[in-house]
Amino acid sequence: MDITQLTALELGKKIRQREISVREAVLASQKKISEQEDSLHCYITLNTEAALMQADQIQKKIDDKTLTSPLAGVPVAIKDNICTKDILTTCASKILSNFIPPYSAEAYQNLEKQGAILLGKTNMDEFAMGSTTETSAFGVTKNPRDPNRVPGGSSGGSCAAVAADECFYALGSDTGGSIRQPSSFCGVTGIKPTYGTVSRYGLVAYGSSLDQIGPIAKDVTDCAVILEAIASYDPKDSTSVKRDSYDFTAGLVNDVKGLKIGLPNDYFGDGLDSEVKASILAAAKTLEAQGAILEEFDLGLVDYAIPAYYTIASAEASSNLARFDGVKYGYRTDDAEELHHMYKKSRSEGFGPEVKRRIMLGSFVLSSGYYDAYYLKALRTKALIKQAFDNAFDKYDIILGPAAPTTAPKFGELVSDPIKMYLSDIYTISTNLAGLPGISIPCGNDHAGLPIGVQMLAKCFDEKTLIRAAYSFEQTKERR
Amino acid sequence: MAKQYETVIGLEVHVELATKTKIFCGCSTAFGGAPNTHTCPVCTGMPGSLPVLNKQVVEYAAAVGLATNCSITQYCKFDRKNYFYPDNPQNYQISQLYLPICRNGHVEIETENGKKQVRIHEIHMEEDAGKLIHDEWDDCSLVDFNRSGVPLIEIVSEPDMRSAEEVIAYLEKLRLIIQYLGASDCKLQEGSMRADVNLSVREVGSETFGTRTETKNLNSFKAIARAIENERERQIDLIEDGKAVIQETRRWDDAKEYSYAMRSKEDAQDYRYFPEPDLVPIVISDEWLDTIRNQQPEFRDEKMKRYKEEFDIPEYDISIITASKHMADLFEEAVALGSNPKKVSNWLMVETLRLMKDRSIEAEDLKFSAANLAKLIALTESKTINSSVAKEVFEVMFDENIDPDQYVEAKGLKTVNDEGALRSVIETILTENPQSVADYKAGKVKAIGFLTGQTMKAMKGKADPSEINRILMELLQ
Ligand SMILES: [Zn+2]
Repeated sequence: MDITQLTALELGKKIRQREISVREAVLASQKKISEQEDSLHCYITLNTEAALMQADQIQKKIDDKTLTSPLAGVPVAIKDNICTKDILTTCASKILSNFIPPYSAEAYQNLEKQGAILLGKTNMDEFAMGSTTETSAFGVTKNPRDPNRVPGGSSGGSCAAVAADECFYALGSDTGGSIRQPSSFCGVTGIKPTYGTVSRYGLVAYGSSLDQIGPIAKDVTDCAVILEAIASYDPKDSTSVKRDSYDFTAGLVNDVKGLKIGLPNDYFGDGLDSEVKASILAAAKTLEAQGAILEEFDLGLVDYAIPAYYTIASAEASSNLARFDGVKYGYRTDDAEELHHMYKKSRSEGFGPEVKRRIMLGSFVLSSGYYDAYYLKALRTKALIKQAFDNAFDKYDIILGPAAPTTAPKFGELVSDPIKMYLSDIYTISTNLAGLPGISIPCGNDHAGLPIGVQMLAKCFDEKTLIRAAYSFEQTKERR
Repeated sequence: MAKQYETVIGLEVHVELATKTKIFCGCSTAFGGAPNTHTCPVCTGMPGSLPVLNKQVVEYAAAVGLATNCSITQYCKFDRKNYFYPDNPQNYQISQLYLPICRNGHVEIETENGKKQVRIHEIHMEEDAGKLIHDEWDDCSLVDFNRSGVPLIEIVSEPDMRSAEEVIAYLEKLRLIIQYLGASDCKLQEGSMRADVNLSVREVGSETFGTRTETKNLNSFKAIARAIENERERQIDLIEDGKAVIQETRRWDDAKEYSYAMRSKEDAQDYRYFPEPDLVPIVISDEWLDTIRNQQPEFRDEKMKRYKEEFDIPEYDISIITASKHMADLFEEAVALGSNPKKVSNWLMVETLRLMKDRSIEAEDLKFSAANLAKLIALTESKTINSSVAKEVFEVMFDENIDPDQYVEAKGLKTVNDEGALRSVIETILTENPQSVADYKAGKVKAIGFLTGQTMKAMKGKADPSEINRILMELLQ
């Protein structure tokens, strides 16, 4: 048996039943990593020694029954923009290439309490800005399904690591689709929770009003359990919401009878690859066959989502990334004549081109004389988009569509053309503008065998219905 | 004929709030810690850290707003002010631009020219920056983030003041209100109150404002008065010479009595303000506002009125005592402990004011406790010590807040009540000074003073002077 092919919950169960020791599980993951990493490069930093020590400690706690969590002893990979105390956290940027956080993110601490074991920190687009993981300062990650193709982004390392069995599950972050799109490209399952569900404390901010941490795993069940583990009301995050229920696993029910599913016409028009379209429509039909009610509708405003998103996210990013100045931590240029020269040189040398582009864009839309025309207008557009979704959710329990317009592109195809790259986020970014929860689950492959993911959205705080629809769909398919 | 000019002044006053913890994290605001010991990931701008608003800051800010007749913005927000400087760890300051907590207030000031209202444009909340320390020896700069994130309010007045006298009256009024609220100690020298002066001049009778400058780094009322006079002259000279006043920020050098331009409007920074996405809007409910309103203290005017009714002390004393919240508290506490109000007032008005002047100490910095003052008064009332010993003890108490009971005991300063001993000392003095005795008997009453002094000297000051007098008279009969 290849341990690494188990889901997180399957492994957790075998560990609790003493069929597999925690050390064996960690060693199996590490073996897989050492066999494949040279070609795939899912990780930026490996936590090899510490993971083994941690394994023995967790094993003791499982043995004496102080740890009974379903995730106890299960190895995890964490995106490198989530702070891990005493472990390098780079955001895939040269400017944080030497940054060792003095504290851990709340979401990671929640996992530690469940007995998770950290295998390492995964590759990503620099500061989560990108859709292919190619903007990483530390080299690209290859798609495990086809090494000539990107894994998607920005959580490309996390999704590739799960797809390549280099971990049992991973955490990613999603600001405009950064969990759902690479999940689709890599053939794994990922959830972007409702804004405010998972604490952002310790997540290095990109677009503060849009960022959410979420699970990436091999199936819906794992995702539900992981989400339940990482979600919490955190007084350290003022945007954290005290939810009525954190019982996400209650959604693991195979029943969609009477569930109303809306298919937005706007998500099936020009620009959508025909094979992807066919696969998504087939997924909808499958749910219909299970008793769901399908209906096409016009969501509207889709064309405005991209400019609104890039205005808001870049504006926030331009301010959020101001702290990386070479003064307190991170990269500082070797030779600077005076303070402003040091700022300029450290930042010019420390940030990559895509990050610089967004800092400049963000600074521009916030500058006096342009604020009203761009930033305020974007905020108003955001409110209208939220309203459009609210109206849709008056009628539908779930909105279903593609997670990305195509399957995984080849290296260089998107990153070389920023506008094309921004447009590829069209099906995912509205979700973040509206704060909604969304999931991407594998629903098929194109002619080349590349995975296609179907995206489902639910209204805010209704992850339970989202998980029910996704789980029910998953039950109609064979295990991979 | 020379033109007549009018000075137009508006003030931006920063006040450090007296919260125990910082505005957006749990770090202490206490002074004097070793550099970077009152810090955490939030106030040092670590990646991924997030601010959480200290509710006390909102309460203090709203309380100051209520006391200055402002309307309170019950749905207010924070904004980010973006600029790069090493004392600002995030390279943005969390402040308020679009929806400040207080607006449209006013305070009444009184000068020689009578009473006047100064309008308050707004009061907003924000965070303080850290401190840069320049190490000349190593030729480098270091940053101390202990002050980073200390809560501030900025009180922005309308350009309603016309002279340094009005400016100082306005600042004193604000200071008194804020001190009474306990929202800050408002010390200019220590920087817990800082005033930036916006000043322009125009010809008397003109309706339009002249071009204004902003002067910073004013650390005392004297510096403010000097800087206003200096800037007024500078602007008038420019205008008289046919030159334009440039809108700019100037820094006052009090030692040189001169200000110099820091930056002009042309290279003014664009702060790129936008709503702070890491904080949710602050909703101040009617109930919360009522609670803050109900907790407003007795302000100076009401206190003066009450003192007049309750205590038989001069109006002048009342005005001095209530001019400082701390002194008024000392007065009321000592009286509550049973001291005679008149006696307490005397100690405050005479010895306390004398020593404050001598030591250059402000009323808010008085060290001695009301309890110790009450004890000292009790010691004099019971004649345990005489008045000159009491003054000596008070001086030590003023400097070190010693317990007068213990101090008098330890130093053996009690008045000697042993009449036999005193009588024999006086008998010796009389034998040793026959000339004085003869003088007295010859009608020179002054001689008694000399004899009393000699006796007190022999008693090392620990005698009751009225007792000496009684025995002397008796023996000289
Ligand atoms: Zn702090």
